[in-house]
Formats: sequence, structure tokens, C-alpha cells
Amino acid sequence: MLEFLQYTFMQRAFIGGILIAMLCAVIGVFLVLRRMALIGDGLAHISFGGIAAGVFFNVYPLLSALVFSVLAALGIQKLKQMKVYSDSAIAIFFSFGLALGVVLVSLSHGFNMDLMSYLFGSILAVSENDILLILSVGLATLAALVLFYKELFYITFDEESARASGVPVESLNTMLLVLTAVAVVLSMQVVGILLVSSFIVIPASIALPLCRSFRQSILASVLIAVLSVIAGLLLAYYFDLAAGGAIVLVLVAAFAAMLVCKKLVVK
Amino acid sequence: MAEKIIEFKNVTFSYGKQPAVDKATFSIEKGDFVGMIGPNGSGKTTVVKLMLGLLTPDSGSIRVFGKEISGFHDWQRVGYVPQKATNFDQNFPASVFEVASMGMASKAGLMKQLSKADHGAVEKALEVAGISGLRNSRIGDLSGGQQQRVFIARALVSEPDLLILDEPTVGVDQKAQHEFYLLLGELNRKRGMTLVLISHDVGVVAKNAGKIACVNAGVTMHDASSGIDSALLCAYGNDMGRVPHHHD
Repeated sequence: MLEFLQYTFMQRAFIGGILIAMLCAVIGVFLVLRRMALIGDGLAHISFGGIAAGVFFNVYPLLSALVFSVLAALGIQKLKQMKVYSDSAIAIFFSFGLALGVVLVSLSHGFNMDLMSYLFGSILAVSENDILLILSVGLATLAALVLFYKELFYITFDEESARASGVPVESLNTMLLVLTAVAVVLSMQVVGILLVSSFIVIPASIALPLCRSFRQSILASVLIAVLSVIAGLLLAYYFDLAAGGAIVLVLVAAFAAMLVCKKLVVK
Repeated sequence: MAEKIIEFKNVTFSYGKQPAVDKATFSIEKGDFVGMIGPNGSGKTTVVKLMLGLLTPDSGSIRVFGKEISGFHDWQRVGYVPQKATNFDQNFPASVFEVASMGMASKAGLMKQLSKADHGAVEKALEVAGISGLRNSRIGDLSGGQQQRVFIARALVSEPDLLILDEPTVGVDQKAQHEFYLLLGELNRKRGMTLVLISHDVGVVAKNAGKIACVNAGVTMHDASSGIDSALLCAYGNDMGRVPHHHD
């Protein structure tokens, strides 16, 4: 029954996929409640520039994407402080990353197959290097979220009161953006640049209407994300589908099911 | 003389060119129950934000618990219930207990999880605010009056010596308002807590507060028992169409 777990590539896919799912699910709850659902999409497009730069200059692409994404997160925060609207700030970096990526691709004469795997994810093909990076960076990011849980919760609910009680709001907002940037680059491995934002947004969107407390929402979001990754990977394995697409379709189906159930219960 | 909890000296603050607070000089002493009144746009909320260090004055000095505000870090001693506290996202998934425990953020310290004692303090604050029974409810499911009590509980959690409330009863029904002011009176008298209450409702302030701070760019303090008419005059000028008279 569990014969797929004999394969190293499936083991890596499960370990990496589940960790990244947990990370995105937690970050997703904060982002969705702060009306920042699309920042993941923005940062993912910026990472595309980073990936292209990595391929072009022959640097480990995940690393260059990480650097691009984190710098862009800081840049977006800086523009916000300079009173540029936050959605405009995201749009500016979003297009910049994509433009840079496209120009670099054209300079390298044609479309590199490697890039395709970043656009749509390649969790079934992660290397040992990738999985080590995913595990170390992912666990560190998750730890930061747990350590600052209390403050991030306060800021998400009521930024002004948090500031009045001495919580370092600006630094923590910047930190959350940087952690998001990291989560985006990691989840590119699972679902790809174009599908990152659903990976971040959908688990939280399913959990939020169902839960009475914040802690419950976080746990439910994590559970939903992990189960969807497992289901998506199994579908991909048995029916030979693209794993990233399968995972996102499972998430969308779960979201639809939640809406239907909620409607039935309310009636 | 009683300990000075808040001291403003010649404080000026402007958003643009027009000063919102102009050379304000006043002090609030330990155990005071100060009602802060003034017309819309007179700078009441600005004065409170200056007190809380949310805004930095253009000139003048502010001392909190005897310390220059820039060097004051003991914010757990100050509880704050913001204007429109109940104006949050009503779908936000947070339990009453979780919202109240936010008040522990500064006392517990960055990166620290809440201890058993902290949990006990949250329970106690919920009890004082009279909402222990609602601890597991989703905050958005509560009435306006009940939500207001959750925010009071949040401000009380760190056992502050000073509690600042900005228009706390907007959108709260009459009966809940009455009970709310009873609670404030109790905190002030029984626990010796210093209170600052911003309100546009002069009647409520005159009835409940011991001192009245009139805000109209500047700030002047009056005794609630004797100074209500002059207080009104200072805050509203002659626009009220009211003839000032004196009781001797």
C-alpha cells in the first residue's frame, strides 16, 4: 500500500511538501487577515527574476531567488513607509521581477527547461541539496513564527493598540514580510511560481470561517494544508499528474466543500 | 502632593501647519478620574496619542510616571482602550480569552510564551470586567457592550496604574453604558486606578469624572464638582448658544 514511500524522491517530496505546507498555512492566516493575500503572488513573480538571474549567472537558483525575494520584501516595506500604497508597491516589484526574468531568459537565447519546473513546481524532482535547504530554512522560519506568535497575533488584530503597549510593530511587520518571502521561494518548489498564492491563501481561507479562536484557525489551516499536500502527491503518483497542480486542485475542492457545508449548516 | 502620572509642559503638535495641540500644559495625578472633553477636532485623541507615545511632540516635554516619555519603557503600567476598539473585523477568529491575553504582550516580553500566572491574570481581568462566562466565545459573536468589556479586560490584564479610554461607549446601548461607568468608578475608587476618559458626552463626564480636562488645542483642567460651566465655556466657546452663569 505504502510502496511509494520506498522511493527516495517520494520521501523527499513528502518531507519537503509537508514542512512547506505547514509554513505557508501559518503565514497564510496572518496574511489573509491583514488583507495581504496577494503579496505571495507578488513575491513569487519577483523570485522568477531571481531564478532567471541564478540560471543566467550560474548561481544556485533557489539561493538567488531567496535573495531577490527577501530584498523585494524589504523594498516593498520601504516604499510603504514612503507612503506608496502597498498594492502599488507590490505591483512595482512584481513587474520588475518578471521583466528582469524575461530579459535574462531572452539574453540566454531561448527558454531554458529548468525555468518550467520553477513556474509549475517540481517537488517530485527535488535534489538532496534542495531538501537540505528547504528543511533548514523552513524550520528556522517556522520557529520564528512560533517565537513571535503572541506579538504577530496582537498586531494582526489591532496594530495601534499593539504599538501603544510597546510591541515593536514596524520591525515585526518587516519580519513577517521577510518570512513570507522565504516561504514563497520554498513553496515554489512544491507548486511553482504561478500557484504559490493559492498555496498560502486557501488553507487559511478554509480554516478562518470555521474556527472560534485564533489558535484553532492556525492549527486547522496547517492540518488542511498538510492533508492537501498528501492527497495531491498521492494523486500525482498514482495518476501521473503534475504534483503542484494536483495539490492546488485538492485545495480548491476543499474550499468549495467548506462553502457548501457551511451553507448547509446555516440552513 | 500626589504623584504626577502624566505631565505635559508646553506641548505642541501639528499634523500640517495648523497645530492640533498648542502649548498644552497640564498634569494628571495619581488616583484622578479625568474626563477629557472638547468639540470634534479639538485634539482630544491627539493628546491621548501623545500621552501613549504614539505621536512625538514638535516641542515641549511629556513625562509619564515621572520619566521623560522617550526614555519610558514601562508601558504595561498604562492600559489603553482605543476609539473604535469595537470597530475591528467582526469575522476575525479570536476568542474572548485570546483578545484579553493580548494585554500581556508587553508584560510577558518579546518571544515569551504566556506563563500559568499570566493566564491567571487574564482570567482575573475577565472576571473584573464581568465576562468570565464568555471566555471561549468568538469575539465577533458578542454584543457591542460585551465587546467593550473585552477591551477593558485586555487593558486591565497587565494591572495598569493608568487606564486611558478613548470614546469607549460609542455604539453601546444605554444599560450597558450605565454598567460600564459603574465599573470605571469601582476601578477608580476601590483599586486607586488613575483614569482618563475621552468623551463627547459632557453630561456623562460631569457625572462620573472627578476632574475635567477641556481640550481645544490647549488643555485646561477643572474640578468636575464646581467648574462644569466654565469648563463648557472653555471647550465650546460661545458657539453653544449657552449663556454662562455662576453658582455662588
